[in-house]
Amino acid sequence: MSEPSAKDRRLAELRARIPEIEPAEALKLQASGAALIDVREADEIAQGSPPGALRLGRGFLELRVEEAVPDKGRTVVVTCAGGVRSLFAAESLASLGYRDVRSIRGGFNKWKNGGLPIEVPRTLTAQERERYARHLLMPEVGEKGQLKLLDARVLLVGAGGLGSPVALYLAAAGVGTIGLIDFDVVDRSNLQRQIVHTDDRVGTPKVESARKALLGLNPAIKVVAHEVRLDSTNVESIFDGYHVVVDGSDNFATRYLVNDACVKLRIPNVHGSIFRFEGQVSVFWPAYAKRRGPCYRCVYPEPPPPELAPSCAEAGVLGVLPGVVGLLEAVETVKVILGIGDPLVGRLLHYDALPARISELTLDADPECRYCREGAVFPGYVDYDVFCSSAGQGP
Amino acid sequence: MSKVTVRIPTALRSFVGGADEVGLEAETVGRVISVLADRHRGLIERICDAEGRIRPFVNLFVDGKNIKTSGGLDTPLADGAVVSIVPAVAGGR
Repeated sequence: MSEPSAKDRRLAELRARIPEIEPAEALKLQASGAALIDVREADEIAQGSPPGALRLGRGFLELRVEEAVPDKGRTVVVTCAGGVRSLFAAESLASLGYRDVRSIRGGFNKWKNGGLPIEVPRTLTAQERERYARHLLMPEVGEKGQLKLLDARVLLVGAGGLGSPVALYLAAAGVGTIGLIDFDVVDRSNLQRQIVHTDDRVGTPKVESARKALLGLNPAIKVVAHEVRLDSTNVESIFDGYHVVVDGSDNFATRYLVNDACVKLRIPNVHGSIFRFEGQVSVFWPAYAKRRGPCYRCVYPEPPPPELAPSCAEAGVLGVLPGVVGLLEAVETVKVILGIGDPLVGRLLHYDALPARISELTLDADPECRYCREGAVFPGYVDYDVFCSSAGQGP
Repeated sequence: MSKVTVRIPTALRSFVGGADEVGLEAETVGRVISVLADRHRGLIERICDAEGRIRPFVNLFVDGKNIKTSGGLDTPLADGAVVSIVPAVAGGR
C-alpha cells in the first residue's frame, strides 16, 4: 500500500475537525436561522445555487464573511460543488472565530441530485465583472448593487451643463437605461461646459450627440432619446416608468413640471441648479420611506415672475460649475438606486465657488403643500411662461 | 445687539457692491431685513413683497434652519448667527 498523499492527509485532518452534514439537514438548519455560504466560483453559481445562500466566493471569503455574517455564534454551513473546498473554507472560518461551522457532504451536486430547491441567480457577465471591478470590490455596491444599477432607469431632464456630467458618470457606472430629454441642438457656445458634446457635433440634436458619447463610453447601456420640449401634456407619459429623474433643466417652467410629475408618480427628483458661481443640490422625494422630506413646491411654492428673476444677460455660468453640481446630483442618484447612505432628502447643499464654501440648509415639508401634503388631490400641471431658456438668449 | 453675518446670493450681490457677505447688528430676522433695506437700495424688493412678506421663491435660513419653521421674521438671532438668503435658481445648461 502506498503512502497517502499530502492532500489526502490534510483532508483526513479536516474531516476529523469539521462536522459534515447531509444537504437535507443543511436546508433545515438554514430555515432555522443558520447562514448558508456557497463558496463556488461565479461561473459555477451561474448554473444554480441554494436559495438564499451567501455567495461570497472562496477567494474573498475571509475578507467578506464578517460583513455578511457579523455574529460569530451563528451556525454557518459551507458548501461547494463536491464537499471538499467547503472543508478548507470551513476550517478558515473556524479560525476566524466562527464557533459552529459545518460542511455539506457531497456539496451542491448532492444537494441538487437530492431534489432540494435551487435558484439560478442573475449574475454579471465576465465583461461586466471586468468593467465594474472597482464597484464589485466595495461591499456597499457589490454584485447585487451593480445589478441594481444595470436594472435602473434614470431620466435626465436636459442634456446640457448639468446633464452632461450626470449622463457621462451614470453611463460609466452602468446605469442600464438613461433617458434624455432635450429639444435643442448643440451650439459652439455650449462647449465651454457641456462636456458630453463635441465640436464636430455642433448643429446636431443634443440627445443624439449625447447618445453617441454615452454609448462610446459604455456600449452595453440603453439610451432613450426624447427630443421634445417638456410640457403639461407630455410630462407624465415620458416620466412614467423611470425610477429616478435628474433635473438639469434651465427654466422654472420645466422645473415645476418636473416636480409636479415626480410628486404624482412618487419618483425621486434629484435637483441641481446653477447660477454664475453658485449651485444648489437636493433630493425632492416626499415618498422616501425613511424621512418625510419636502417637494420643490414646499420650498419654493411659485416661480418668480420674469422681472424679478435674474435677467437673461446676467445668466452666465462658470464652465466648471455645472460639473461640480452635476456630479453631486450623479452621486445622489447612484445612492438612491443602491439604497445606501443618507440622500439629500430634506437638505439642500449650497455651493458657492468663489469663497469655496458648501453650506447645508434644512428643508422642511410644508404640511399645507397643495401638491405633496397627505391626501392631496393632484391639482394638475401648470405651464408657466418660459423665459430665459436656451430657446432664447439664455445660458 | 447680536452681531450677525448675512450671506448674499450671487443674483443679489450687485445690490451690495458685489459682497458675498454683509455684517450687521440685529436681534431678529425682521430687523436684518430693515437694516438691509436702509443700507442697500433695491435689495429688499427682491426678497419681500410690498406688504413685507418673504416672496415665495426666496427662503431665509438662520444657521441652516429655515425661518418658516423657526418663527419667521421674529426668529431671534444669537451673536455670530449666519443668515442665508437663498432664492430659487433655474439655471442648468
